[in-house]
Amino acid sequence: MSAVASPAGQAASGARARTLNRIVIYGLLALFAIFYLMPLFVMLVTSFKTMDEIQNGNMLSLPHAPTFAPWIKAWSEVCSGLTCVGMKGYFWNSIKMVLPAVLISTLLGALNGYVLTKWRFRGHTLVFAMMLFACFIPFQSVLLPMATILGSLGRFGVTLQNATGFNFGLGNSTVNLVFVHVVYGLGFTTLFFRNYYEAFPTELVKAAQVDGASFFQIFRRIMLPNSLPIIVVTVIYQFTNIWNDFLFASAYAGSGDVMPMTVALNNVVNTSTGVVEYNVNMAAAMIAALPTLIVYVVAGRYFVRGLMAGAVKG
Amino acid sequence: MSTVAETQIKLTPEHDARPGATVRSWLQDLLPKIVLAPSFAATIVFVYGFILWTIYLSFTNSKTFPSYDITGARAYQRLWRWTFESDPPSSWYTSITNMGIFGFLYILICLALGLFLAILLDQKIRGEGVLRPIYLYPMALSFIVTGVAWKWFLDPGLGLEQTLHQWGWTSFHFDWIKNKDFVIYTVVIAGVWQASGFIMAMFLAGLRGIDGEIMKAAQIDGASTFQLYRRIVIPLLRPVFLSAFIVLAHLAIKSYDLVVALTSGGPGGSAWLPSNFMYEFTFKRNEMAVGSASAVIMLMTITAIIVPYLYSELREKSR
Repeated sequence: MSAVASPAGQAASGARARTLNRIVIYGLLALFAIFYLMPLFVMLVTSFKTMDEIQNGNMLSLPHAPTFAPWIKAWSEVCSGLTCVGMKGYFWNSIKMVLPAVLISTLLGALNGYVLTKWRFRGHTLVFAMMLFACFIPFQSVLLPMATILGSLGRFGVTLQNATGFNFGLGNSTVNLVFVHVVYGLGFTTLFFRNYYEAFPTELVKAAQVDGASFFQIFRRIMLPNSLPIIVVTVIYQFTNIWNDFLFASAYAGSGDVMPMTVALNNVVNTSTGVVEYNVNMAAAMIAALPTLIVYVVAGRYFVRGLMAGAVKG
Repeated sequence: MSTVAETQIKLTPEHDARPGATVRSWLQDLLPKIVLAPSFAATIVFVYGFILWTIYLSFTNSKTFPSYDITGARAYQRLWRWTFESDPPSSWYTSITNMGIFGFLYILICLALGLFLAILLDQKIRGEGVLRPIYLYPMALSFIVTGVAWKWFLDPGLGLEQTLHQWGWTSFHFDWIKNKDFVIYTVVIAGVWQASGFIMAMFLAGLRGIDGEIMKAAQIDGASTFQLYRRIVIPLLRPVFLSAFIVLAHLAIKSYDLVVALTSGGPGGSAWLPSNFMYEFTFKRNEMAVGSASAVIMLMTITAIIVPYLYSELREKSR
């Protein structure tokens, strides 16, 4: 590794050694680029091939006659278990779950960060530390109690339904998942906003207070308009995490037509009735990957910033 | 640190003596806490309360449904016994052995590869703006998609093996994904593929943060590039190593989806990690107490890594 990074001894100032060195570096970088791109490439080309071409052709070759049929089938016909209605319903399940969960957890995180930096009280560090630790717990340690609670709420929802004709969202899988993702996303969103507001000049807040601005006025007029970068980072981070979640989704909405995208994809791929249509499976995987990939391509900088902020805690 | 809050409280108009105003200013003082309260309460109940609940369940004899009669540490005794049951291996033995193999290799390779790529990219590379996002994009994918892609790629009948056969290397044989002794290494490959780019980005940020003067001074003193990195740069990156280790350790212990999507648990559950063990025992094998006990053990492992780290980070910040 070091032999690559170092010119062949700094004494050898010859241009040839330097050129060779550059070639090796670029060669290695290109090799790794291929390593990272390969699975996506294979997934993409496979999703445009016919089954005949997959069985007889080369995995890496481009499709001879690109066809959209696998994508159309994945979207509207593919079987998950015994139900063959395509991914579209599950895609919307995910959307319906992600949007409210991201909005609520981001808003709460912003308020929490605002309080924890500009309205400090005794013990604010402890409160923050306790919320921060929640980011790290293995969710297996809360999975079962949450399942029990959601189960009871669901039964209560049925009672309400019978009594009033309306269940107030209790027992609805999407509502349940929104709730779960908000609760277990709060630690991250609070962390992001807290660290961002920490660097925000407190003098501005104080000046506004002297002028008689209230708690919420300051938040709305001063903090929020200056929070765009961290809002983008938080929204992207939460969107990616919640869209990609599998554990909660499979535990609380693991079957039927309420499944989110990740669970449905796993079921589709493991459905073993009839011939396995790899092209359709790959198209389904691409559909599941596209939303986060698009976010990454459009706002990669913020995506990385979120990962970094989530990594370097405190 | 708390001086800010104290001065702020004094700013609220205490001198206003009208009775309505006192109530209002009292409410004003309380408002921030009221705003924070729901989130904090949710954390107390749904994180800490639920953890206690899981611990409680692990001391009962819950099977399919939770039972609340404490029956002692039977679940832990069983796990302890299974820890040494290697022939034939118990599911728990397989899970924790896999955790050891996966955790060690995953963290080590991600760190090494991440650092290596970061150093390469830091050599004033043209096209860095193109390469960096290519190394990093897998982090945007779900483990399920990663698993599906690699399952296909590593499939002996369809993927890499068949491709190399077509290219003429007919003796090439690679069936790890179907082999119970090697399946966990395919999880390592896919896991490294997904996370190493991110570790690269962390190291690259660290490298960019190093003062150029130090590097120049060392070069003037006649240090070779190799010495420069070994003696100066890598020691300066120590905080990045620590953060990267924490991120990876925590990702490794939480890994669940990847095993499910890539291997469906492997032949005979041979690719299980403790997270898979927990899920299977709790929801499929009706051994809720044992599942809970394994979750508690996972939690304790992460806590042992995270709490000292968080403690030192937060203390440093408040100093």
